Amino acid sequence: MTTMQRLLQLPVNAVNMVKTVQSQVQGQEEDKSPVLSPDNGQQTWYSALQPDELRHLRSGGTGGGGGGGGDQEERGFQEDGGGGGSGGGSFQSQPLRHDDLKEMLDSNKDSLKLEAMKRIVAMIARGKNASDLFPAVVKNVACKNIEVKKLVYVYLVRYAEEQQDLALLSISTFQRGLKDPNQLIRASALRVLSSIRVTIIVPIMMLAIKEAASDMSPYVRKTAAHAIPKLYSLDPEQKDQLIEVIEKLLADKTTLVAGSVVMAFEEVCPERIDLIHKNYRKLCNLLIDVEEWGQVVIINMLTRYARTQFLNPNINESLLEEGGGGEKTFYGSDEDEDEDDEEKEKEKKVEAAAMAKRKPYVMDPDHRLLLRNTKPLLQSRNAAVVMAVAQLYFHLAPKAEVGVIAKALVRLLRSHSEVQYVVLQNVATMTIKRRGMFEPYLKSFYIRSTDPTQIKILKLEVLTNLANETNISTILREFQTYIKSMDKDFVAATIQAIGRCATNIGEVRDTCLNGLVQLLSNRDELVVAESVVVIKKLLQMQPEKHSDIIKHMAKLTDNIQVPMARASILWLIGEYCEHVPKIAPDVLRKMAKSFTNEEDIVKLQILNLAAKLYLTNSKQTKLLTQYVLNLAKYDQNYDIRDRARFIRQLIVPTEKSGALSKYAKKLFLALKPAPVLESPFKDRDHFQLGSLSHLLNAKAGGYQELPDWPETAPDPSVRNVEVKESVPEWTKCSSREKRKEKKVEKPFYSDSEGESGPTESADSESDSASGSESGSGSEGSGTGSESEESEEASVSEEEDEEEEKKTKKRESKKPVQESESEQSSEEEDRKRERKSKQRKSESESESDEEEDSESDSSQSESEDSESEAEIKKKKKAAESKPPSKPVKKDTKKEKKEMSLLDLDDFEPTPSPQVTPVNNLLSNSLVTDLEGLSLSDAVLSPATIAPSSALKSYELLHRITGEGLSVEYCFSRQPFSPDANMVAVQMHFTNNSTSDTKNLHMEDVKLQSGMRVKDFPEIELLPAGEKATAVMGIDFCDSTQAANFQLCTHTRKFFVSIQPPVGELMRPVFLTENEFKKEQGQLMGMNEIAEKLTLDAKCRNEHAIVQRVTTAANLSRVPCGSDKECSPLVPPPEHPVYRFAGRTVTSGSLVLVTVASREEGAAQLMVNCEKMLIGTMLVKDILLALTQ
Amino acid sequence: MIHSLFLVSNSGDIFLEKHWKSVISRSVCDYFFEAKEKAGDPENVAPVLQTPHHYLISIYRDKLFFVSVTQTEVPPLFVIEFLHRVADTFQDYFGECSESVIKDNTVTVYELLEEMLDNGFPLATESNVLKEMIRPPTILRSVVNTLTGGSNVGGTLPTGQLSNVPWRRVGVKYTNNEAYFDVIEEIDAILDKSGTTVFAEIQGVIEACVKLSGMPDLTLSFMNPRLLDDVSFHPCVRFKRWESERVLSFIPPDGNFRLLSYHVSSQNLVAIPVYVKQNISFLETGSCGRLDITIGPKQTMGKMVESLMVTIPMPKSVLNVNLIATQGTYTFDLSTKVLLWDIGKLNPQKLPNLRGSLSVQPGAPKPEENPSINIDLKIQQLAISGLKVSRLDMYGEKYKPFKGVKYVTKAGKFQVRT
Repeated sequence: MTTMQRLLQLPVNAVNMVKTVQSQVQGQEEDKSPVLSPDNGQQTWYSALQPDELRHLRSGGTGGGGGGGGDQEERGFQEDGGGGGSGGGSFQSQPLRHDDLKEMLDSNKDSLKLEAMKRIVAMIARGKNASDLFPAVVKNVACKNIEVKKLVYVYLVRYAEEQQDLALLSISTFQRGLKDPNQLIRASALRVLSSIRVTIIVPIMMLAIKEAASDMSPYVRKTAAHAIPKLYSLDPEQKDQLIEVIEKLLADKTTLVAGSVVMAFEEVCPERIDLIHKNYRKLCNLLIDVEEWGQVVIINMLTRYARTQFLNPNINESLLEEGGGGEKTFYGSDEDEDEDDEEKEKEKKVEAAAMAKRKPYVMDPDHRLLLRNTKPLLQSRNAAVVMAVAQLYFHLAPKAEVGVIAKALVRLLRSHSEVQYVVLQNVATMTIKRRGMFEPYLKSFYIRSTDPTQIKILKLEVLTNLANETNISTILREFQTYIKSMDKDFVAATIQAIGRCATNIGEVRDTCLNGLVQLLSNRDELVVAESVVVIKKLLQMQPEKHSDIIKHMAKLTDNIQVPMARASILWLIGEYCEHVPKIAPDVLRKMAKSFTNEEDIVKLQILNLAAKLYLTNSKQTKLLTQYVLNLAKYDQNYDIRDRARFIRQLIVPTEKSGALSKYAKKLFLALKPAPVLESPFKDRDHFQLGSLSHLLNAKAGGYQELPDWPETAPDPSVRNVEVKESVPEWTKCSSREKRKEKKVEKPFYSDSEGESGPTESADSESDSASGSESGSGSEGSGTGSESEESEEASVSEEEDEEEEKKTKKRESKKPVQESESEQSSEEEDRKRERKSKQRKSESESESDEEEDSESDSSQSESEDSESEAEIKKKKKAAESKPPSKPVKKDTKKEKKEMSLLDLDDFEPTPSPQVTPVNNLLSNSLVTDLEGLSLSDAVLSPATIAPSSALKSYELLHRITGEGLSVEYCFSRQPFSPDANMVAVQMHFTNNSTSDTKNLHMEDVKLQSGMRVKDFPEIELLPAGEKATAVMGIDFCDSTQAANFQLCTHTRKFFVSIQPPVGELMRPVFLTENEFKKEQGQLMGMNEIAEKLTLDAKCRNEHAIVQRVTTAANLSRVPCGSDKECSPLVPPPEHPVYRFAGRTVTSGSLVLVTVASREEGAAQLMVNCEKMLIGTMLVKDILLALTQ
Repeated sequence: MIHSLFLVSNSGDIFLEKHWKSVISRSVCDYFFEAKEKAGDPENVAPVLQTPHHYLISIYRDKLFFVSVTQTEVPPLFVIEFLHRVADTFQDYFGECSESVIKDNTVTVYELLEEMLDNGFPLATESNVLKEMIRPPTILRSVVNTLTGGSNVGGTLPTGQLSNVPWRRVGVKYTNNEAYFDVIEEIDAILDKSGTTVFAEIQGVIEACVKLSGMPDLTLSFMNPRLLDDVSFHPCVRFKRWESERVLSFIPPDGNFRLLSYHVSSQNLVAIPVYVKQNISFLETGSCGRLDITIGPKQTMGKMVESLMVTIPMPKSVLNVNLIATQGTYTFDLSTKVLLWDIGKLNPQKLPNLRGSLSVQPGAPKPEENPSINIDLKIQQLAISGLKVSRLDMYGEKYKPFKGVKYVTKAGKFQVRT
């Protein structure tokens, strides 16, 4: 605090003293501080200050830091002054409060400031004006005390709009806050900054939001998402820029951000549905973990999204209307049943489609994903979430599945009455379209006398909608109780409801009518009147049967006084005067007598009655009619006078009566259609349920229409997140590139690696078969005669017994079988090298077609450079050991087998240029082998397993990478430094003209639990060259992406690797018995079964096995029939294929069964403890088998 | 979303307003007052009102109206649910949610509202997180605050928002580690004149009071989880685990919270603990009526029925009552015409009876309907559905907690038609 200010304040106090007296006299309430003029002076003084100066000033004010002697003195003085001020406040009058508040704010005691701020906030809370304190408050914005600071923020946000110039003084504080190392301070700075509605700072806000959107802390990013709509409402011009930020935040993978950014999306650019595509699946998967408010917003948005992107699941139902008859049984069924139902539904749909010559409806897997992931949220404690899911199901789910929401909605009826009110409104709309859904819960809608009237009436509405032939008797019995209620509005509504039940259900019409007629003798006039009105409507449907009721009602005219009821009776008598020919004229006589005392609507009906009687029975009523018309002619009400004049002209024949009069009878006694008693909730469902617009039955501002289903589904591939597969690209590549690509491919021997573990187990024969199979396969290739030797070598270490079996088997299979050689593996290696070199040149000339198919498998272990040495050592060790004790040497043998392919002699460190050689060899072998296996039914399927292709994904495109392109694939090799990691092989290609140096990764961003082992830095990648590296990622058994930066010496690129679910597992060997045992333990929720129709090209064993193993890193479980694999035993007609694996991180078993049936039908079953993995895997395999 | 909030007392006084976007004049509440006037009973005010420029969404809680203003489309339940959450938070902080308490704690209330919404969108609604930012007032603290001038705003910044478990703060420490669970079941029933059940179901909740140090991971399992027909969970419960194993696995919030609410469907037979023999009649002529009510135990599973209370809203034409109760006391509110009979424990040997005459306004017609009888009761140590907790296990922490489960059965909306 400067002395200058102090000086300024002293006279202020003096002035206050004087003014106090005045104001006391005036008795003003706290409109505005009467001390405005000195205040204003101060204000200008402040605004002249630059922010920097203000900061200086502030630090003086709050600073206990600078402790000079003079400073001390000054403070002492101020405290006195402050104390005096507040002390004085107690006996000073109200209007001066603001001044002592100012004094307190100016003091440098935090406690005083806090007290002042509390009082100011209390004023704001009560809606009192505290704007004149702005200058005094705003300089405390940088106060160190966090409590004071918070209250200052509250004040600032409230009044900044009114005092824009002064508010600007606080901006620099927030700007500094935005750079604070503490994320919470950054967030709160952004929060307040964006809440200050001052147009001039829009650019600053924009900048702050953009910066915060890429903040490290998800909390700050969340705040940024919140700030977007604030800025948008302040300046809609910024929309384009804000959309960019939204787009960026939508890609965020944290649950904290998801809800807020979708909210921003909904407020700023709800029409930009295209922004959702890429994030759709992520949002679906994150949904369950998002906080509840975010869930509501996301679900509502996804409902709209799904309506634009998917086909109507009930499209064929509408053609098969009678199909609805079965729906009752479907409702309330569990998920398992739902699956069945779905099958039925599908069948039904197929029929329908045949009728309609349409394609059978197949639900988009993404559509299914949405339904599946929202369903658990029906269990939320938050009514809004439950309602959101309910409306999503109502608008999007196939008819048979909507039933699940009923239970949850009924549960909400226990909640607060406001919640009940909204839920019942929505239930009422739903019951019109889907009555069966709520039928089992009929009793939950029974009304208690303690319910508020508005709830009672809504429940009544629901009960009426639910009424049908079977339950009407119970409902009517309930209604009878309600009629006795003390709540007359409710009784009237009940009578209306009875009327509606009677019109809708023909069987009970008479019962209802009788009941209502009994009510006519009710003591309460309102009840009688309402009954009359309803009876009138009912009678219109079949008047001839009920002349006695009409007579009864005619008698009521003497007693009943309610105008509407009297009018109804008169209309009824007039309309059906032929049925009561004797009574009608008498009624008219009575009415004519009391005409002058009647209400207007009754008078009109008397006129109508008179006219109708005149036309049918003019003899008896002519005079009466004349009399009534004369009375009406002089009525006060012009409607009645008009009507009288009109009727007279029409019915009374005069000499110049118009052409119309001969049609008078037709005009008055035309057959009138019976009124349709409709629910007020009919057709309300064109509004999105659960929305404000639905509740009000009128479009609210900002309501987004629920679009109609599209005729044809838009391209579903827009939602694919992974970058396009590179397979098609290969064919376009140069041969050199081709080789590179191939390195990516699956190792030829991968299956033997996977399965050699349990080689010596009881079921060893099948395993050895797999080993030998690959050998025989390579023989079959015709060209590579030597390669089988190497194969044999690998097998040669196995026990003799096995070899015998193998031989037998091989004999049975392949006459081409050669004798087994016992050559040393080293020799073998060299030979193979040579061979493969030859092969390389051969295969390079092969056609592109083959390239595609040979993508099946390749060995990529060479990139395992760091484990190279180790492997070599082991190999040596293994070799030195006699081949007769491989039992414990399983792993070593495996390593050895790998090392057989090592090109250590050929080139010390394997490079991508060389490895493909091997791959090519094996690839071509496999291609040939495939051809063979097609013709050979007994061939063990395990051989085919390795032939699956390795997909390569793009990590960095050539263009975005400025010449550097990176692709990656999952090599399906165990990652030797850490067995829990998935090995990812990366291929770098430098397409630019300059060298790239120091290629490495940094700044790895991962979901919790995930780990990454970096690939070794690549020092130099010369222009036009390629390089390969392997990194390991522990995905924690989730398909969450691993994000990191790829750095070169000049640039950094943000990249992310997302694994397909099939790569999150490694094959394990199981025998059929083991498999079945394990499967038995993974039933119920852990089992997911799906029926499918196999693709035409995929009906043989080979193709199925190949496609499954391509989709997922699993190994085939040898089936029982293989045990006696003699050609004499024919394969079973409908073979069952089993595959097994374990997830990489947790080692949970993954069991896949494909059971084929007739005509390409098949059933796919996945058992996995991790349900998420299971469901995703089912989807992937399904896709692989059906396309 | 939510633009502004007004707190209105039952008498129509706006005693607090808060705006999250630009300021909306409190005159917008006039539409609300108009509707309130028309509805008569505060329960009958429509929760959603449309005005020319705004929509008013309100709730009525504890004799207070929470009137929120929105300008655009918003799911009404979203707002209603949020307003109730606000009221719950007040209740949690101040022990009750009344006008005087809110007026006394205006600043805390204001700070809470500031934290709970950002630009009209809910920000922090978990009580654990809020309590870390804004400390609830206690008597001791308010004394200390008046002496030292401190406030209830937390001095340190919260970390809860950022932890993996948003509902639990880190670094919780207790000397006595305890976890108590109350299984509370309420019977909703409608009985007709003859005593047959028209409709009955059981609504249950499990209220937890968990005071455990560190990050405990609890597993609660039931003897008969199949009973639970429809459940809704606190967000901490792992849904997948429930789906597959029917056990509740969760990291609990600190303090009191509702773990689970469930529903035992009306398909199951619901035991009705008491029967009511009643005879209420009004004479056709003459201004009087008779009342005779006896309550006896029906299916109480051998437990004592306590806190038995009978409430009868009499027709408006009843002027006064002249009754004799063999047990307990009765009161008759002359303005609301509600007869309240507080019985206490139900003695099976000597059944409580209330009988006497009712005086009716002379000349008024005989009331159309006999009043319905609402019953309130409590049975300790019994969950009427038969639900039983079999065990509670704790993982993740080393100490041994005290564990306890209590069962209570209450009457919910238990109504006898006459």
